[in-house]
Amino acid sequence: MGILDKHHIIEKNATLLLVLSLLVVSIGGLVEIVPLFYLENTIEDVDGMRPYSPLELAGRDIYVREGCYVCHSQMIRPLRDEVERYGHYSLAAESQYDHPFQWGSKRTGPDLARVGGRYSDEWHRDHLRRPQDVVPESIMPPYGFLEHVVIDGKYAEDFLRANRMVGVPYSDEMLENAKADFRAQADLDADWEGLLTRYPKAQTRNFDGQPELTEMDALIAYLQMLGTLVDFSTFEPVASR
Amino acid sequence: MWNGVKVILYGFIVLFAAMAANFGRDIAYQFHAILIVAVAGYLFVRAIGQIGDKPAPKSTGYMDGVVRAGVIATVIWGLTGFSVGVWIAFELAYPGLNLGEWLAPYGNFGRLRPLHTSAVIFAFGGNALIATSFYVVQRTSAARLFGGNLAWFVFWGYQLFIVLAATGYVLGSTQSREYAEPEWYIDIWLTIVWVAYLVVFLGTIFKRKEPHIYVANWFYLAFIVTIAMLHLVNNLAVPVSFLGSKSVSLFSGVQDALTQWWYGHNAVGFFLTAGFLGMMYYFVPKQANRPVYSYKLSIIHFWALIFLYIWAGPHHLHYTALPDWAQTLGMVMSIILWMPSWGGMINGLMTLSGAWDKLRTDPVLRMMVVSIGFYGMSTFEGPMMAIKAVNSLSHYTDWTIGHVHSGALGWNGMITFGALYFLVPKLWNRETLYSLKLVSWHFWLATIGIVLYASAMWVTGIMEGLMWREVDAQGFLVNSFADTVSAKFPMYVVRGTGGLMYLTGACIMAYNLYKTAVGAGRAAYAAVPAE
Repeated sequence: MGILDKHHIIEKNATLLLVLSLLVVSIGGLVEIVPLFYLENTIEDVDGMRPYSPLELAGRDIYVREGCYVCHSQMIRPLRDEVERYGHYSLAAESQYDHPFQWGSKRTGPDLARVGGRYSDEWHRDHLRRPQDVVPESIMPPYGFLEHVVIDGKYAEDFLRANRMVGVPYSDEMLENAKADFRAQADLDADWEGLLTRYPKAQTRNFDGQPELTEMDALIAYLQMLGTLVDFSTFEPVASR
Repeated sequence: MWNGVKVILYGFIVLFAAMAANFGRDIAYQFHAILIVAVAGYLFVRAIGQIGDKPAPKSTGYMDGVVRAGVIATVIWGLTGFSVGVWIAFELAYPGLNLGEWLAPYGNFGRLRPLHTSAVIFAFGGNALIATSFYVVQRTSAARLFGGNLAWFVFWGYQLFIVLAATGYVLGSTQSREYAEPEWYIDIWLTIVWVAYLVVFLGTIFKRKEPHIYVANWFYLAFIVTIAMLHLVNNLAVPVSFLGSKSVSLFSGVQDALTQWWYGHNAVGFFLTAGFLGMMYYFVPKQANRPVYSYKLSIIHFWALIFLYIWAGPHHLHYTALPDWAQTLGMVMSIILWMPSWGGMINGLMTLSGAWDKLRTDPVLRMMVVSIGFYGMSTFEGPMMAIKAVNSLSHYTDWTIGHVHSGALGWNGMITFGALYFLVPKLWNRETLYSLKLVSWHFWLATIGIVLYASAMWVTGIMEGLMWREVDAQGFLVNSFADTVSAKFPMYVVRGTGGLMYLTGACIMAYNLYKTAVGAGRAAYAAVPAE
């Protein structure tokens, strides 16, 4: 046991113990995380992915703020029952603009990666107000207060800009129109043409049925777009993954 | 002179915080700014009062005041964290308890769950780690804590971090990174406090009078350093504005997920394992009055444990969009990790060789031994759940929650209780604890509580995993998601009951420790000279 007899050198030198510990704990992370940034097949290129529209991004922020990720995953695994229940398995590209990711770790409620378009806006509104009215078995808390919080997109541009700084491809045009797009998406009187060229497939309508733009609009706009960007009728997986 | 500088510094902090409160963009940020105004304002007034005071004479004995404060904080935060846990456990059984209509949204599960996890891991566990490490490093180095009042800064700075984090969650400020939810400015504050912690701890080791650094301190040191690394990398983010709490993480999607779980799993590996093993390596031999079983085993399992734990993160992301190679690597390393984990368990348990009879008479030692038993059980369960085939069933289910709690309640909770029962008589200069009988009550309530909790979660976890994947002869899914939710109801009540028993035990402990500290015939406190 020669090598263990030498251990007293480390035991008598606090600096050595500190440095060696730090070296030893660095290796695993370096080997596992760093390659994810340069291996090309980590994230496949998929048609249809685009940055979130300002209102969707605000909805996503509400999703984060209320801790929805605590009970809902957004990551469908390639297992038979999950594909059957929730739809096509999730692709890496589908969360490439998610800062931070919302894959979740627990399904106290069902997966939401492809909840977009599954239910009507009215269903979502009723469900968020009092989940048990729509799903009697549900143990989800009520979120009716969202309808009463009016929002105006005052800081939408800042939010987009911060996302651009970390790599989301928001264009100058998107930044300039952030506040207008924020207000237009759920406004029936707005001209949606610019918004739709900037954010293809964005859904434009009054989501919560109220005249004011509220947090309920934003959250439903986000939920209704989840998993709808990639067209899986034409999608072909890459063999190397 | 120094007091004058402090007055100016605190004055500026009050001013800037007041401006931040005025121009802040969200309620959490504004509330925190007001909190900072209050804290800095108090320090400002205090510093003015101290101008012209002569510096206090230099103390030479062990610095135990900060350890006593840490013990009190541990108990209080423990009771807080357990109470929130019991509450949200019953929220899942009876959703009316979310109080959404009256308290919206502050009582909702989504906001309270991070409050529970952070209160238990960082407030209860963190205070226990800081307090015991300060106690242990002084005793095993025969030296007073380095840095004078810096230790007090670590203590109060850490409490401020906890209060900022907890109030932030309730007011809707979160990064949504599990166990790293606090927003950017709270992260910066914690970094400052943590560096101060490292300076105090390492400085004390540097001035030790013993040639060897005791094994408990290896673990404490690895815990402090690794948590610093994890915290810095996982919280890389760009604030949307310096006048708001919101930030966006530097990484996205796949890379973000692995960074988060590299952090998340090693919050378990280093905060809840390495740090607490440090606790075990001091308090178990002390309480059993026996030397550590094997010196060589402690060397091997120390280096193997800290090397391997870091690799295990990807097992939180099996079958996700994370590349397969990373998943497989994470699985293999997680299984290998079983060995050094059990190395620690064996070293702890076998320390009782020749003293097993004490288990009959000493409920404190019994608590420690059961905690090591739970450590062994959950470090077997963990690698098993990291196997992809098992994980395909267990992931996303309550099984994970059960696993975490047999580790947290069983291992972290019980070893901390043991250490507290050891420390309080020593720190408050008492011969013995107020009541060993109450310790026995605590022991049984906690143990049965954990058993109820863990088995309820095994049942619901495996049941819902099987129900989700059940298909009929035609290949259609048999159960709707809602079916699985209603099937879990009875077990959720059992789980809540188990948690309630655990909380009751902790209340008994708090009473017992309080009575011990203030007990009749109190001897005057005398500092023990460092030698």
